[in-house]
Amino acid sequence: MGILPLNSLRRMILGIIVPVLILIVWQIVGSRPNMAGILPPPTQVLDGWHGWIFGSPGLGLNPYLGTWLSNVQYSSVRVAQGFFLAAVVGVPLGLLIGWSRHIQQLFDPLIQSLRPIPITAWLPFSIAMFGIRDMGAIFLIFLGGFYAIVVNTTQGARDVERNLVRAALMMGASRRQLLYRVVLPAAMPSIFTGLRIGLGISWTAVIVAEMVAVKSGLGYVLWDAYYVGRMDIVLADMASIGIMGFLTDRLIVFIERKVLVWRILQSH
Amino acid sequence: MSFISIEALCKIYPGNPPVKALEEIDLEVAPGEFIALLGPSGCGKSTLLNLIAGFERPSQGQLLVEGTKVLAPGPDRGVVFQEAALFPWLSVWENVVFGPKAQGIATNAYEDRANEMINIVGLGDFKNHLPVQLSGGMRQRVGIARILTLGSRVLLMDEPFGSLDAQTRLTMQELLLSVWQQLKPTIIFVTHDIDEAIFLASRIYVMTARPGRIQAAIDVPLGRPRTVSETASEAFTSLKLQILNLIRR
Repeated sequence: MGILPLNSLRRMILGIIVPVLILIVWQIVGSRPNMAGILPPPTQVLDGWHGWIFGSPGLGLNPYLGTWLSNVQYSSVRVAQGFFLAAVVGVPLGLLIGWSRHIQQLFDPLIQSLRPIPITAWLPFSIAMFGIRDMGAIFLIFLGGFYAIVVNTTQGARDVERNLVRAALMMGASRRQLLYRVVLPAAMPSIFTGLRIGLGISWTAVIVAEMVAVKSGLGYVLWDAYYVGRMDIVLADMASIGIMGFLTDRLIVFIERKVLVWRILQSH
Repeated sequence: MSFISIEALCKIYPGNPPVKALEEIDLEVAPGEFIALLGPSGCGKSTLLNLIAGFERPSQGQLLVEGTKVLAPGPDRGVVFQEAALFPWLSVWENVVFGPKAQGIATNAYEDRANEMINIVGLGDFKNHLPVQLSGGMRQRVGIARILTLGSRVLLMDEPFGSLDAQTRLTMQELLLSVWQQLKPTIIFVTHDIDEAIFLASRIYVMTARPGRIQAAIDVPLGRPRTVSETASEAFTSLKLQILNLIRR
């Protein structure tokens, strides 16, 4: 009694010292007149953020008032769509590539040669193909998530313990059963790793796409606010993206804990 | 007719130079017989077991189980692996009924048998545990229960107790003997432990390494059922000495 709470209190205090110091310095530096329009102090960012979230949208001078939630929704829905597509294509394809040499020979060279092209480089292509519409953003998000998911799933399927496969065959499992009753569950930890990495890249992709290829969402506001010199909105927007990325990652971890109970017990 | 009949069996792994893992193996096993393949590591005893299991294909020679050529793994030949090889995401029960379920057998056709086998190996209270929650010995019990549930006529055991501590190993050996007494499956037991081979088997095939060959077939003169006290008997020690001399030569 006493030692543990004290320890965690100590850890908490140690953990917030540096951030608090940075906030103080930021507040002092940001309040200097020559920093206006470059670095607004935290108080101003919070104020701008507050208006962005709770303000009533109207025809006033502040076009951002009250638009936060809808922009968060635009970006989130795009991420959800692109990421869902990436998972639906990436997981089965990764399993098959890792499982069957023929399918590997069919797809692996293509994937490995396209993968080094950064998703940002796909942007002009995407706009040309899909125009300034949702599809362009969703395509980029899909692509960003897809590589991480397919590569990790492939690895997971390839690393299935040989004796587990032998045991299943010995017990009369067919090749199809082997795939979804042995390879799939055995690859699950790698699949979740791929999903988490893929989701992070999906958020990068949505911001890039919205800055250029669509006219709504957190990425669009980020670039737009920068152009009109609303650095408070820029910083609030950055923080919002971080929060969304964090929350969606937690969501996957939450699902992972439900699905991979055996794995969690194993690592304890 | 022999239950398992092996004639002039060879296994060569391609390479430069090719590796001769097994050379001219002849082996006849009668139904219900308990034999041990004894030899140092690298003598090909696990390879021989993998060939009978159908995990690998012979390079030359003939390998028949119940008069049929072995072409693939199948439920008639149950394998107990060294590290149990249970599916870590399935409970004990799910692991034990994996085979019949995969084969599409109706639940009521295997349920009673699976329960019986789980009880025989003493895991009645652990049906809902995950493998990771069990000790090494208990995991091997699951490995045995699942092939008994499978109804395998042959049990192929690849150093199944090799990684267990001495006390657990003895318990597992006694368990295996009692299972064999009750159900009389044909057992091929691979081990490098002389005591284990003598205690369990009716006949021991001593193998040598590079290339893997059967050096001698020795009948074990101990009676059945066996108890641990026999490991201290005159017959036991003299047989052990005989095998030691064989291996040392």
